[in-house]
Amino acid sequence: MLIFEESRSGRRATAQAPKAAPEAEDIPAHLRRSARPGLPEVSEMQAVRHFTRLSQKNFSIDTHFYPLGSCTMKYNPRGCNTLAMLPGLLARHPLGPEAVGQGFLACMYELQEILKEVTGMKAVSLSPAAGAQGEFAGVAMIRAYHDARGDSARNEILVPDAAHGTNPATATMCGYKVKEIPTDKNGDVDLEALKLAVGPQTAGLMLTNPSTLGVFERRIEAIAKAVHEAGGLLYYDGANLNAILGKVRPGDMGFDVIHMNLHKTFSTPHGGGGPGAGPVGVSERLRPYLPVPMVGKNGNDYVWLTEKDCPDTMGRLSAFMGNAGVLLRAYIYARLLGREGMQRVAEYATLNANYLMKRLQEKGFDLAFPNRRATHEFIVTLKKQDKTLNASAMDFAKRLLDYGYHAPTTYFPLLVPECLLIEPTETEAKEELDGFVEAMAKILEEATSNVDILKEAPHTLPVRRLDDVRAARELDLAWSGTVG
Amino acid sequence: MPFIPHTDAEVREMLDAIGVSSIEDLFDEIPPNLRTRSLDGIPEGMSEQEIGRLMHQRAGQDGRPLCFIGAGAYEHHIPAAVWEITTRGEFYSAYTPYQAEASQGTLQLIYEFQTMMTRLTAMEVSNASLYDGASGLAEAILMAVRANRKSKSGRVLMPVSVHPHYRKTTDTIVRNQAISLVELPYDQQGGHVTPESLAQYEGEDITALVIAQPNFFGVLEEVDALTDWAHRNGILVIAVVNPTSLALLKPPGEWGETGADIVCGEGQPLGVPLSSGGPYFGFMCCKKEYVRQMPGRIVGRTLDRDGREGYTLTLQAREQHIRRSKATSNICTNQGLLVTAATIHMSLLGAEGLEHVAASCHANTRRLVELLTANDFVKPRFNRPYFHECALEFSIPLAGMTRSFTTHNLLPGYELEQEYPELKNHLLVCATETKTEADLQLYAEHLNRMLEEETKAGRPVQPKMA
Repeated sequence: MLIFEESRSGRRATAQAPKAAPEAEDIPAHLRRSARPGLPEVSEMQAVRHFTRLSQKNFSIDTHFYPLGSCTMKYNPRGCNTLAMLPGLLARHPLGPEAVGQGFLACMYELQEILKEVTGMKAVSLSPAAGAQGEFAGVAMIRAYHDARGDSARNEILVPDAAHGTNPATATMCGYKVKEIPTDKNGDVDLEALKLAVGPQTAGLMLTNPSTLGVFERRIEAIAKAVHEAGGLLYYDGANLNAILGKVRPGDMGFDVIHMNLHKTFSTPHGGGGPGAGPVGVSERLRPYLPVPMVGKNGNDYVWLTEKDCPDTMGRLSAFMGNAGVLLRAYIYARLLGREGMQRVAEYATLNANYLMKRLQEKGFDLAFPNRRATHEFIVTLKKQDKTLNASAMDFAKRLLDYGYHAPTTYFPLLVPECLLIEPTETEAKEELDGFVEAMAKILEEATSNVDILKEAPHTLPVRRLDDVRAARELDLAWSGTVG
Repeated sequence: MPFIPHTDAEVREMLDAIGVSSIEDLFDEIPPNLRTRSLDGIPEGMSEQEIGRLMHQRAGQDGRPLCFIGAGAYEHHIPAAVWEITTRGEFYSAYTPYQAEASQGTLQLIYEFQTMMTRLTAMEVSNASLYDGASGLAEAILMAVRANRKSKSGRVLMPVSVHPHYRKTTDTIVRNQAISLVELPYDQQGGHVTPESLAQYEGEDITALVIAQPNFFGVLEEVDALTDWAHRNGILVIAVVNPTSLALLKPPGEWGETGADIVCGEGQPLGVPLSSGGPYFGFMCCKKEYVRQMPGRIVGRTLDRDGREGYTLTLQAREQHIRRSKATSNICTNQGLLVTAATIHMSLLGAEGLEHVAASCHANTRRLVELLTANDFVKPRFNRPYFHECALEFSIPLAGMTRSFTTHNLLPGYELEQEYPELKNHLLVCATETKTEADLQLYAEHLNRMLEEETKAGRPVQPKMA
């Protein structure tokens, strides 16, 4: 039932708003609202019950194993949330003077320093609100760099065909044409094709490493060389940073600009689809173009750095400083882990992925790249099961829900047919991984004996498979009824 | 090892299963010369108690000044239940609802949010949110350029009375897409956009007109006249609104003859704490005819195999993971957790509660203006009605005074000169429903004492003109 349908005219949670509405006689009638908006009228307990019950219809990390590839769904420490929501931090106005923001600014400054160190970049701006905004900032900086050198004929961004959809979409938003680079049979970028593609038109290459195929790009040095020799810059999509945290740094691999997804690698909550945070880091030559605001240090005082201090900045991406509260959670997480903890992230994420990969292979599942190490994730292809048993990746995904496991990422990357992209993360225990293997094996048995169990799945959730075609054709995007 | 559950025995077992002798072997595909040597710049790990102590110290260090700054972020009461429920793990630690059957909680909540936003704005459809109000305006402008097929110019009329950070953000985001932002001045008396300033664009190819209600100065625009002028000239209207104000003010869907075409704004006043500027959320609504041009996630209601109602992400063909370089935007996530808070917040307040909040903010700011201008040195800068913010002109230098207020644990407002050099010694003040009469009096007392000191010190004080 919708909250609107629980509404009763005249009911209210009266403790939550001023008792009366003073007359606003100075506002002329033609600028005033004539009728109240049709919002629900419910008691406080009704609202609490309604939304608590809604929450119980979700899978989440706190309740389920959530091996969603490329999303790094690891445990979000509760302490990070509690400490980021201390009253003094919540009450601080974004435009309050620096003198009454030193505690907050100190956290931001130290986070910038930690991220610089762990990525090997020379400077960091925390302001992008999400990975996609970080990508935008990064490519816009590449553009600003070429423009400042009078090298404006570069009109093309290279993107491997395995890339996230945000990469080509971002390049377009920055006014670039997109050229796709193929992948070879081992999952690496096709180096020969890349060498043929680069030239005086190349502004840069956007690369995820480890790639979305769950393998480390072994020839990264040769790739960097080819792009740099053509005068292009190298962009690092930090979607998979969790796999290499503390093991190898983008700055050392030759990247000029990177974004990090703090909601992945630094374990800030995914929140049902945001908020994220997508800080960017740069090499020395891109430093002048970083987005503002940033935090600087002047003697013992922390200060904002804005357009006035950074005249060549690529600009501002939100009204204030991006998702400040998310940045605080990432800061607290980084301090909890410390130097050693950060290296262990990559180690145990990789251990879990390789173990899970091996066990699934033993149970008869085909790997997209059986001769490669898994990074923090890997791909199973169900092409064979789809062909011989009529059991698709989607069928496996939906049946997994019945077994209490959130489905892995399905049908991405687009290169591998009937794929499941599986990322267990470092925070899962061995018995959880074993349970997942058993569920997959059981589903494979079901596919052999009675595939309809898969086709009809899920069976145990609040709804069964939904009609997406109907949703798009007969658009119902808002309730049209009248509140009681 | 924080947050890693493995025992030594398990690690051994897992390595044996994989067929390697150490975890280090799993990184053998990384060229050895690239391996990280040291991370000396990163401090040692802390326990929760240790970091807790540090964070309490830092949070306390900044104090809790009495805040009269608005300028795009507003302090409101937030019911305790809002964040109690929002931070339940099932909302907090879930992801984008790609697996609809396992995400009906989040999906139904977004559908309820979309419904609430269409009702508040009197528009037909809403998306599931954008990053914030400023980037939301940039997305609205990109959307208008796609939606207004009759216009070829990509010229957008942007009043300088729109939040300066919104204008800067918009410029950053649309800069490389052949769009030009044409500045519209504000009226010197009223602080609003006048018909005279629009006259020169009559009959020209303009894609969209941005109307902020209230504008950055808190001033109310003549939205009906502006909207009708735009539509007569084939121009789409983008409304930028404060959601609290909509409980009191005419919703954009009812502006002029046919209403605004796209509505966006900052959702923070709906249950989101100030928290140094984020995370907040941008909202966006539009007329149904433009829904396929709208960026961001959208949830639709549909049926499952058994004919039961359920909710799912829809119109995904617009989005980057399907359309790649031809997507409506590169946007991937929205601000789901903040939408969760806002939906619970709106449910707890209801239309009447929101109206009480809006009217109280309005009344408190009027009262504050009355108190602060009861002297010879401060007066309102503009003469038009305002919502819950007002620009005050001081006939004495502000800089020293604002510092002095800060030492008294009070933030007196936003100095407009930072973004408007012509508005030297002007303060934008805001008093929401969180302020009591005693708070307002305290502000006035401090001000009067400072004015007295200034006059006593024999500084060149110029009394305001009548």
